[in-house]
Amino acid sequence: MKLVTAIVRPEKVNDVLEALYRAEVRGISMSRVQGHGGELDRVETYRGTTVKMGLSEKVRFEVAVSDDFVQRTIDAFCAGARTGEVGDGKIFVSPLEQAIRIRSGETDEGAVTPVSES
Amino acid sequence: MSAIASTIAPLAPLAPAAALAARTVSAGDTAWMLAATALVLLMTPALGLFYAGLVRAKNTLNTFMMSIAALAVASVTWALVGYSLAFDKGDGFVGGLGHVLLRGVGFAPRAGTHIPQLVFFAFQATFCIVTVALVSGAVVERMRFVPLLVFSALWSLLVYAVLAHWTFGGGWLHEHGTLDFAGGVPVEMGSGFSALAAALVVGARKDYGRQALLPHNGVYVLLGAGLLWFGWFGFNGGSGFSVGRNSELAFANTLLAPSCTLLVWFLLDLLRERRVTAIGAATAIIVGCVGITPAGGYVSPAWAMALGALAALPSYAIILWRPRTRVDETLDVLAAHGAAGLFGIVFLGLVAQASWNGTANGLLYGSLHQLAWQAVAALAAPAYAFAATFLLLRAIARFAPLRASEHEQALGMDVAQHGEEAYASGEGAILLSTESGHEAPVAVAQP
Repeated sequence: MKLVTAIVRPEKVNDVLEALYRAEVRGISMSRVQGHGGELDRVETYRGTTVKMGLSEKVRFEVAVSDDFVQRTIDAFCAGARTGEVGDGKIFVSPLEQAIRIRSGETDEGAVTPVSES
Repeated sequence: MSAIASTIAPLAPLAPAAALAARTVSAGDTAWMLAATALVLLMTPALGLFYAGLVRAKNTLNTFMMSIAALAVASVTWALVGYSLAFDKGDGFVGGLGHVLLRGVGFAPRAGTHIPQLVFFAFQATFCIVTVALVSGAVVERMRFVPLLVFSALWSLLVYAVLAHWTFGGGWLHEHGTLDFAGGVPVEMGSGFSALAAALVVGARKDYGRQALLPHNGVYVLLGAGLLWFGWFGFNGGSGFSVGRNSELAFANTLLAPSCTLLVWFLLDLLRERRVTAIGAATAIIVGCVGITPAGGYVSPAWAMALGALAALPSYAIILWRPRTRVDETLDVLAAHGAAGLFGIVFLGLVAQASWNGTANGLLYGSLHQLAWQAVAALAAPAYAFAATFLLLRAIARFAPLRASEHEQALGMDVAQHGEEAYASGEGAILLSTESGHEAPVAVAQP
């Protein structure tokens, strides 16, 4: 079991969601974050004040997957989020010690395998 | 009673001895028109707020600025040439150049009114401004700002001033007795059908039809619509250029018609979705105000209520149908202004009542002639607005691209076009310079 964390451009979020869906990766969380990864700074002007925006809006995805799903999740993130410009984001894969589904008490692989609503 | 002579009559309702009184300024009329002008001016930033709420957060400022641009551009073009093209004596199609640079526009009363021509000019300027701003609703979220400025300037002259001349300034529709109280032809149909042409030439937004592109702030939309309605009391109430009966009738009708549109819109929402929507309500207010615009001073309050109620139907239908097409007429200017304006101008030809307006009867009160000329206006104005706007934008596109790149659209037009954000957090922003002249940047921990 791994936790795949991906930081992507907000404007690519819909493409990422589409790619994840096609890769049959279900069960995701996303949040808006601000960060900096070396992309060019944006200069903005408000009345007389000129500022360099050091932080950019980003969106962070977190997906807990079983081991044989890791590669296809990574591929989906790359396919959905890549523009080729600096600032496309990062993917981090970290080991996951335990996962529990709150509703049923299922653990680990059972907990990260999505149930289809029927 | 001939419709030709009759269109002049309601403009001087208080004149006791017409020949003498025609050349005097009325303090009461002028006071009201000064206030009405300010009310109409408010409609442009109100429209900016309405439009800004309807777009995505990253395009808020750009969308609002498109309306602010009209304040800058259209007032100037109006003073330079537009007013003259619309209101100077000319031929049936367009006015002359006698009032270029406001020559001869002073404190003497405008013919047919008891207000100084200078006040008349300012009042009409606010109409031109808000109409230019209306058209921008078709091209938000992708049209580049500088080409928009050029388009707005030329459109105010080539389309708005011409259409205003047709019905307000002694042009061919005016001569034939077409009734248009406050601008169904130049303002509503002019903007609505120009918007359709603009959407076709500029093209759809990136991701249109692929992703849901939703309004980001419904409160802006409702507040904008409310402020527009408020301003519309000056728009319709001032279009009698007096404190006479037509103005009072238009004022009351501006209250009644949109209320009825709102109620009908609620019912349509309930029938279709079982829920009443807020964005729908804001749209209904606009549709009702638009519908009563051409008819305000000519129809009885009861007919105004019927007009408001029925005007909801065509606009509601178009708003449902349009997003399923490839035409990204983004903020539905055609449905809200074009369709409702067209409905109002034709409906007026049915139910105008000389006993209320002192001018002309519609078909139900005996005049087929009136309905015929209303119908002619409802065909000619859309055709001219669409064709002229289409050609104008195609011409501008030869000199500069109209659309922002896909990357800029993805980033958001606020940052791409203006270097600002509507909802800047300021976190992580590093000061480069301030107006006090400190050039040494303050060090901020950069992650």
